[in-house]
Amino acid sequence: MSVTVRVPTILRSLTGGQSEVSVDGAGTLVELLDKLDAEHPGIRGRVLDDDGKLRRFVNVYVGEEDVRFAGGLQTPTPDGATVSIIPAVAGG
Amino acid sequence: MTTLLDTPTFGAAANLFCRECGATYDLGPGNACEQCFGPLEIGYDADLLARVTRESIEAGPRTMWRYGELLPVAPVVDLQVGCTRLVKADNLARELGMKTLWVKDDSGNPTHSFKDRVVAVAASAAKSLGFSVLSCASTGNLANAVAAAAARAGMRSVVFIPSDLEDGKVITTAVYGGTLVAIDGNYDDVNRLCAEVAGEQDDWAFVNVNVRPFYAEGSKTVGYEIAEQLGWRLPEQVVVPVASGALLTKVDKAWRELSQLGLVDGSPYKVFGAQATGCSPVSAAFKAGHDVVQPVRPSTIAKSLAIGNPADGIYALDVVRRTGGAIADVSDDEVVAGIQLLARTTGVFGETAGGVTVATLKALLASGQLDPAAETVILNTGDGLKTLDAVAPVAQPTATIAPSLAAFRASGLA
Repeated sequence: MSVTVRVPTILRSLTGGQSEVSVDGAGTLVELLDKLDAEHPGIRGRVLDDDGKLRRFVNVYVGEEDVRFAGGLQTPTPDGATVSIIPAVAGG
Repeated sequence: MTTLLDTPTFGAAANLFCRECGATYDLGPGNACEQCFGPLEIGYDADLLARVTRESIEAGPRTMWRYGELLPVAPVVDLQVGCTRLVKADNLARELGMKTLWVKDDSGNPTHSFKDRVVAVAASAAKSLGFSVLSCASTGNLANAVAAAAARAGMRSVVFIPSDLEDGKVITTAVYGGTLVAIDGNYDDVNRLCAEVAGEQDDWAFVNVNVRPFYAEGSKTVGYEIAEQLGWRLPEQVVVPVASGALLTKVDKAWRELSQLGLVDGSPYKVFGAQATGCSPVSAAFKAGHDVVQPVRPSTIAKSLAIGNPADGIYALDVVRRTGGAIADVSDDEVVAGIQLLARTTGVFGETAGGVTVATLKALLASGQLDPAAETVILNTGDGLKTLDAVAPVAQPTATIAPSLAAFRASGLA
């Protein structure tokens, strides 16, 4: 089992064009991002700012849940979970 | 993959730039910065913009495309949008103790909301960029506009809406014959899904996702029109309903452009925002003095404004604070009363968003934040016929009587 990460178009240059990548299960979202960055260098710095916080124009979902309504970067990301990284600048 | 038309025409538009970090990109699809996820905005060639004159605009068609020199694309798809009426609302002004009040009534557009403006630009951009399908996430008004524009352009449309929308927005979308997908979720859920689908369907133009920089520029035409209709000058105050916040920021952008180009005298103005309390993340941030907007889960009859995670919320805050305006919010009961007040005093039947705006105008006057002596424009962005349920309980026949003169006399209605 692993965690499926859905990658937005603007980050696919870092994943060899893949729209979905798999990462071994990690305890929390921030740990998952570290693992993701080890395999696809640069991706953590696109999602998090210099202070290690979620950039304000990115939304991250674990399953159907917006992590800003859940545990933020400490949201659990167990094996089998799907994590979606989505640009926030849409709609209206 | 998409195929470009032989000669896509982007007018005075020069590039896309990130509002957050300033990174620039070639004109094309895309709404978020590759570096920081910040929103992309259309940049213009200042020399080309400087050629625009009042005369060149006035020589144009009586549609929003008279401002085509200030837009990022040529009118490939044209439903004769815009040039809606600016109504001098003397009765409403008197009732509210105001000196001069105007209603910019965008219910007069082809599908009865301001969304025809943004879709006109987005659909033209989509065609120019070679997309084959026109799509969107919508609270209803945009759904109407996209389905109609796609029908006129001979494109397929795929429109995504929350499943709890009013009939007046579902039927008025489905009738155009495109694909209409109702999602069991709120608008923010729909929006999220569309952002993901947009990442998979290379030849689909989601007007408010992957062609959003073009789309949003269409809202500038509301601001241009108000200025031209006032005789090439700006009002002192404007009240704009806030969903994503994009309309508010683009009215301001339009007026700054006109000032910079010398087409108006550049007098100062204050921009006010209006929300329903049941979905008021931008108003809450304004009141709390925050420069970030905390997302909320919406619960209001003003469904066209029910965006809990507004993409341009922080920029709307910037505009309101820079100009010395304010953002306020009103209850659903006040929204209904606002619809009635506008209809009773002005003969304009606005949708719930219009009710939000009128009620917020009243609230801002009561709180002293809005000056009753300053010339004010409010925006009615959609048609009350789309949200009949909101007023049905309070808008019924005065009496039902038998078809006889005796019954009429007895009714006491004369």
